[in-house]
Amino acid sequence: MGVELSAQGDESVAVTLRDVVVLLGDFPALAGLDLLVNRGEVVMLTGPNGAGKTSLLRLCAGLVPIARGEGTVMGADLTSQRASVRSRVGIVGHSNGLYDDLTVRENLEFWGSLIGAGDDELRQAMSIMGLDGRLASVRVRGLSAGQRRRTAFAILVVRRAGLWLLDEPHAGLDSDARDEVDEVLRRASASGATVMLSSHELDRAQQLATKEVRLAGGVVVGDSQ
Amino acid sequence: MSSVSRLQMVRAVCAKDLRIEQRSKVLTSQIMPFALVTLVLFAFALDGDAILERTAPGLVWLAMLFSSMIIVQRSFAVETADGALDALRVAGADMSAVFWGKCFALIVQLIILEVVLIVGAIVMYGIDLRISGLVLLVTSSISATCGLSAVSTIYAGLASGVRGRESLLPLLVLPVASPVLIGATRAAEAAFGAGGTVVSEGWPWLGLLSVFAVVFSFGGSLVFGPLIDD
Repeated sequence: MGVELSAQGDESVAVTLRDVVVLLGDFPALAGLDLLVNRGEVVMLTGPNGAGKTSLLRLCAGLVPIARGEGTVMGADLTSQRASVRSRVGIVGHSNGLYDDLTVRENLEFWGSLIGAGDDELRQAMSIMGLDGRLASVRVRGLSAGQRRRTAFAILVVRRAGLWLLDEPHAGLDSDARDEVDEVLRRASASGATVMLSSHELDRAQQLATKEVRLAGGVVVGDSQ
Repeated sequence: MSSVSRLQMVRAVCAKDLRIEQRSKVLTSQIMPFALVTLVLFAFALDGDAILERTAPGLVWLAMLFSSMIIVQRSFAVETADGALDALRVAGADMSAVFWGKCFALIVQLIILEVVLIVGAIVMYGIDLRISGLVLLVTSSISATCGLSAVSTIYAGLASGVRGRESLLPLLVLPVASPVLIGATRAAEAAFGAGGTVVSEGWPWLGLLSVFAVVFSFGGSLVFGPLIDD
């Protein structure tokens, strides 16, 4: 079986959230948020610091519980099926989830072994992300920031994540590495993956995005196609 | 796509941890020297062959306990350094498999360390290992190691998301692991014949160590996921 970047299932909706409240301690990081994301969209989340962008991404990854409201991600219920949600999405935040002392290939093999991915899928993921050849046998600690980010994205491919949740994917990267990230995201989007990203690189993100969602105070205050 | 059994996940996590250790060589280049230096310092502090012979089992297990904290810290530092533990959660990995995998990798490393420490104690402290005590020493050491690995993995997972986890982990683990220290020391005393003890006095302690290992291993596999999640 080849690598699929496309969303799982037949439904056209990737994310639905209705009146969702997420609490960080007593503070409502999301305060009655409504959102609809269709499969295949590239959604850019914008808003000031503390608007709820990271909390929204972590919610969609099944990492934080809903205190009130309801929602589904890739067809799985966010309240009762968080484990199922997690298996269908991939999140890359400020960290990449890599093991420094393993090579690129070994990192992919490890993550692939958790879901039974075959050698063909690993090779294809490395090829898609430009990590084949010499880079495959380089230890992660020897990679540039852009190459590390590409390795993290390759893991999303290996894991067959239907929804990519990217928190500041351009952060900490130089100009060339940012271009690499943009190119990878274009390829992912062209292959049918749904992407939600927050970025302070508004111009770059706008060029990638098919939809912009503006957040403030934990709610959606506007969106545009 | 093929389904992955829990056993395959356990093997993948264990192999990954051991491969990282093999590459970084933290065990051989830092922890083993630290453990041996600790044994030497004990010898300086308790100058006198008779005292050393009598207390050697306790000193070995104290050195073992302190050194194990560094190994456990290291085992979870590789998971948190670049957010891999969070990534494992998002990947929907079976966290009980992660627990067992990390536990087995720890057991392998701790057993290597134990062998070095026991040989070091025999050489430095001049203690005699009787053939009749060898079985007791091996079985009690393995049981103690399993229990220590399980309890360390539980608390290291719990502390992994907390600021100041380096100092918090020993505070959490050492009191809970005190039955391991007591049981393993008494069993080793009987195996070595320290203080006039005989081998038969050590078997009840092996029972305690085994119960401890079973309770914390299976308990840990149940609570590890929820602990990491919360």
